[in-house]
Amino acid sequence: MATDIQNEKSRHTIGEINKYDFRTQTEAVFKARKGLDAEIVHQISDMKNEPDWMRQFRLQALEIFFSKPMPRWGGRIGIDFQDIYYYLKPTDHQGRTWDDVPQEIKDTFDRLGIPEAEKKFLAGVKAQFESEVVYGSLKEELGNQGVIFTDTDTAVREHSDLVRQYFSTVIPPHDNKFAALNSAVWSGGSFIYVPPGVAIEFPLQAYFRINAENMGQFERTLIICDEGSSIHYVEGCTAPMYSTESLHSAVVEIICKRGSRCRYTTIQNWANNIYNLVTKRAMAYADATMEWVDGNLGSQLTMKYPAVYMMEPGARGEILSIAFAGAGQHQDAGAKLVHCAPNTTGQIISKSISKNGGRSSYRGLVRVEKGAHGAKCKVVCDALLLDERSRSDTYPYIEVAEQDVTIGHEASVSRIGEEQMFYLTSRGLTESEASTMIVNGFIEPLVKELPMEYAVEMNRLIQLQMEGSVG
Amino acid sequence: MKPTLSIRNLHVAVGGTPILRGVDLTIRYGETHALMGPNGSGKSTLGLAVMGHPNYEVSEGTIDLDGQNILEMTPDERARVGLFYAFQRPVAIPGVKMADFLRHATTNVRNPQRQEGEELIPMRVFREELRTKMEQLKMDAQFARRYVNDGFSGGEMKRAEILQLAMLQPKFAILDETDSGLDADAVRLASQSIAEIGREKMGLLIITHHDKLLEHNPPDFTHVMLGGRIVESGSAELAEELHRYGYERIRRAYPEADAQNRVMAHEEVA
Ligand SMILES: Nc1ncnc2c1ncn2[C@@H]1O[C@H](COP(=O)(O)OP(=O)(O)OP(=O)(O)O)[C@@H](O)[C@H]1O
Ligand SMILES: [Mg+2]
Repeated sequence: MATDIQNEKSRHTIGEINKYDFRTQTEAVFKARKGLDAEIVHQISDMKNEPDWMRQFRLQALEIFFSKPMPRWGGRIGIDFQDIYYYLKPTDHQGRTWDDVPQEIKDTFDRLGIPEAEKKFLAGVKAQFESEVVYGSLKEELGNQGVIFTDTDTAVREHSDLVRQYFSTVIPPHDNKFAALNSAVWSGGSFIYVPPGVAIEFPLQAYFRINAENMGQFERTLIICDEGSSIHYVEGCTAPMYSTESLHSAVVEIICKRGSRCRYTTIQNWANNIYNLVTKRAMAYADATMEWVDGNLGSQLTMKYPAVYMMEPGARGEILSIAFAGAGQHQDAGAKLVHCAPNTTGQIISKSISKNGGRSSYRGLVRVEKGAHGAKCKVVCDALLLDERSRSDTYPYIEVAEQDVTIGHEASVSRIGEEQMFYLTSRGLTESEASTMIVNGFIEPLVKELPMEYAVEMNRLIQLQMEGSVG
Repeated sequence: MKPTLSIRNLHVAVGGTPILRGVDLTIRYGETHALMGPNGSGKSTLGLAVMGHPNYEVSEGTIDLDGQNILEMTPDERARVGLFYAFQRPVAIPGVKMADFLRHATTNVRNPQRQEGEELIPMRVFREELRTKMEQLKMDAQFARRYVNDGFSGGEMKRAEILQLAMLQPKFAILDETDSGLDADAVRLASQSIAEIGREKMGLLIITHHDKLLEHNPPDFTHVMLGGRIVESGSAELAEELHRYGYERIRRAYPEADAQNRVMAHEEVA
């Protein structure tokens, strides 16, 4: 199915090769000056009219940020933190309908196909432009069932107790330098609460768009799945190409209570000069299932390792990740599974593709803590290299403090086979059609996990990367 | 004049080692030719070279299709002018569904001018045709959703090759041991299907070690390859003779080619 879609779509893509690479002329209603210090943090807090606990939280996080060194592993990070705009407010109110959204911004999301997708198959949408969520919707019946889906700023004001109870409990500011940075200057992101037993059938989607140059986007997402509930949340991210770098540094915290189920799907296609340094972590309690599905395309450097901490017996954590590294790109992506309780089950499947000198690394940690007997974990990472110049590395870390556990690890690196290419071309496919087909086949086990619409998008993005026309 | 595939004085080397040493063969549209010969004599090499495998270097000679030189063409261009090679050992493409692959291949071959990214055959039309052809080949509908040759049994692979032949409808097809790995019933079915698909609708070169396929597809000509050359050509009777008595007579009659063949196949020289 995957390749069908890709081919049907491809005619359109040729005409709009740079679907994501366009800039919108907008007038920000407020733009903080460049650079980072306590004054900027106060300004952000003022603009948001936040409770004092949040202001204090930010200021402490800023201290932590300044005190922490840059990570010494992963990729090369060449960011000048004083040369970035930390806060840019594009509009002074959030639209409830697309007509409420300022025209230029609405045009942007129209071009990205968001309103159309909303009509077709989504249960709710958030659209974030620069620092703020500019549009939000949620199907009425979900609201009536007690589901909350709002931007995190609004949640801090309107659901303060709920937010305060969970905020930064999964990822505290001192976790890592970029978590600290996000904690200090965060803005936007989604807040979701699903009440006990509520199953949301269709996905909720958030779309993050960086439009301005030298911009930092620091959204903060918090999802709470109460007992026995289920949800599928999807985020898409894009930015146009500028000559200087921009930074995307999000924090995503998820709490899956007993028996709940959360799937979090990301399809990011950043421009090639975005640093994408994101911390994503979920806590899964008894018999809960957390799944991360992570598609990483574009960016100059991505460092992202979605994590699941399995806190109580029967918890499950699954991480599927696809990374595509093209020219000048480094995808340092992976996963982290921590078994803290007996009979917990984890699985990591990672697929990476490197092309035109791109580099992809799998960095994964599986940890089984003392007492987590009967833990089962399986790790499979496959890398596909499309040419001699490209590179792939694997850094699997396994730490086991318990006897009675089952852990499997398989890794493979392959090149597109000459015989495969000949077989396909001898049946009439051009070389580039054949290699795109082989690559799509390589990621098919993951793409087939995506809902139809995202599978289409994923294949389309892969095809763009294969044509080498992005960035 | 009928379309003609003509191979003249073809020399092919693999990794610098000469394999084919001057092959001459002319196949007209509508004709069935059998190509026989002991293991390692160069039969598959001929098929792969005709299809344009990049590792098979043509050092001398010509291959023309209707007077058009195909040696300059890429494999996909050759497929689009109507050539087809059914692999002795088909290649697995994990994650790519038979149906997707076939739809793409069929579109390109039927519409040789198609540019990358242009529309494929409409899904409904394609599905219907595929379903019909799979039924004729007694293939389970499920088969279309499996990944190309991935985990196929030997017999399934060969049937998948026949399905591709049926869908692509080439002008000339080289079938490389498409009957091997099939059980007795499957060989009969395959032979009948090939006869239906191929007879008079294309030129066929059938490479085989068995007689079933030829029973249903009586060859107009039989060629024997030895040591990288076609040493003898004849009628269907030649194929029968070889099936019955083996290659002893041929080996003795062409000692030089026989010696060559033994060197190539790394056998002790007798
Ligand atoms: N890719 C290759 N690399 C190395 N040697 C090759 C390659 N292809 C063919 N050869 C050699 O060329 C010779 C002819 O091989 P070919 O496969 O054409 O024989 P064949 O007549 O098809 O044999 P069989 O009946 O066993 O299929 C053999 O000695 C074989 O080892
Ligand atoms: Mg052979």
